[in-house]
Amino acid sequence: MNLLGLYQPGSSLVHRMPALAKLGLLVLAGAGAVFLDDPWQVGLAVLAVLVVYVAAGLSLLTALRQVRPLLWVAALVGGFHVVVTGWERAVVVVGALGALVLLASLVTLTTRTTDLVDAVVRLCGPLRVFRVRPERVGLLLALGIRAVPVVVSLAEGIRDAQRARGLGASPRAFAVPLVVASLRHADALGEALVARGVDD
Amino acid sequence: MPVIEVSGVSHEYGDPGNRRVVLADVSARLTEPRVGVIGANGSGKSTFVRLLNGLVLPTQGSVRVDGLDTRRDGREVRRRVGFCFTDPDAQIVMPTVREDIGFGLRRRGLGQEEVAVRVATALDRYGLADHADHPAHLLSGGQKQLLALASVLVMEPAILVLDEPTTLLDLRNTALVTDTVSGLEQQVVLVTHDLSALDGFDRALVFDEARLVYDGAPEDAVEHYEKLMR
Repeated sequence: MNLLGLYQPGSSLVHRMPALAKLGLLVLAGAGAVFLDDPWQVGLAVLAVLVVYVAAGLSLLTALRQVRPLLWVAALVGGFHVVVTGWERAVVVVGALGALVLLASLVTLTTRTTDLVDAVVRLCGPLRVFRVRPERVGLLLALGIRAVPVVVSLAEGIRDAQRARGLGASPRAFAVPLVVASLRHADALGEALVARGVDD
Repeated sequence: MPVIEVSGVSHEYGDPGNRRVVLADVSARLTEPRVGVIGANGSGKSTFVRLLNGLVLPTQGSVRVDGLDTRRDGREVRRRVGFCFTDPDAQIVMPTVREDIGFGLRRRGLGQEEVAVRVATALDRYGLADHADHPAHLLSGGQKQLLALASVLVMEPAILVLDEPTTLLDLRNTALVTDTVSGLEQQVVLVTHDLSALDGFDRALVFDEARLVYDGAPEDAVEHYEKLMR
């Protein structure tokens, strides 16, 4: 299982492209998505992204896994647009959203986190004048990516504990221990970061 | 061997009038290659080892590692004293095995080539080469703890402190981690509830209710601890 597009090793052109260039293209694609107006244009954009997936040696199933967490959001946004602005606009909005999520996942699937962190640190370099420490921003990104499987694992553990005690699906009985466990994890992680010299 | 000097150390926390003492007047000079720390839950042993690399600072007294004070020279002390926690998930920072081993080296400002060479050596030494680019969260418990160990040891500390590193592991993974630790050239300070882990150790400390109540040969220390628990 590869949660939310963690790096998959490879030697394709996409893998070898510098992280900064990939991030730049992603930003451009995000800005360009505003100009998509017709369903056929969105279809073409999604197709183009899928072609890049294949060129990067990634399966279409991998691509599908990246947009699966988006289904609820897509259903809500799409449903809203079908009612308010019509089905064509719904296809454009949901399609553009899907294409961008696919592209963002492609960046993380083909780029080592360390390279992404380096790129972000370089991008944030000018912010030093505002007393921002770019290394901290990079670390934040790395910890954010690392936190996803950790929180999922905590959530699974809590669900199992609830089932073992015969408890039903109570949102409060799920959310409170998840928040507490996440905070405890964050506390322990902070201690480990200090032990590994991050605060020095 | 490095020298750890704990002199008249007390540690307490809480509000004035409601202070909780977690260590009271502890002194020890640790020079042996293998030192074990045992005691009941809440006896102060984890606080004691956290003092050794400055994660916890003493309320009274001082802790010195090779003459460096943990209060004043924290950064240098942490370079000498590596620390491995009970839960490996809480100390793995990067998403993949290779990246996590290289994390500390990169932060220390080493060049890319040197980082790559040292990471490759660590991957081989700790049996993680086949998992180099795997997501860390998909490793088994023992492999995660080995990764945590590798990430600390790649920084070449002179001392390794382990706080119950096998508590969450099954027998096979416990053996994996214990064998790895026994082969290390570093001075090791091990907190454990597994009394058999002290076989071959040079010295053991027993903590009880915030006090160091026994300090001597591991066999005698275990006997003392077992008497306390009856």
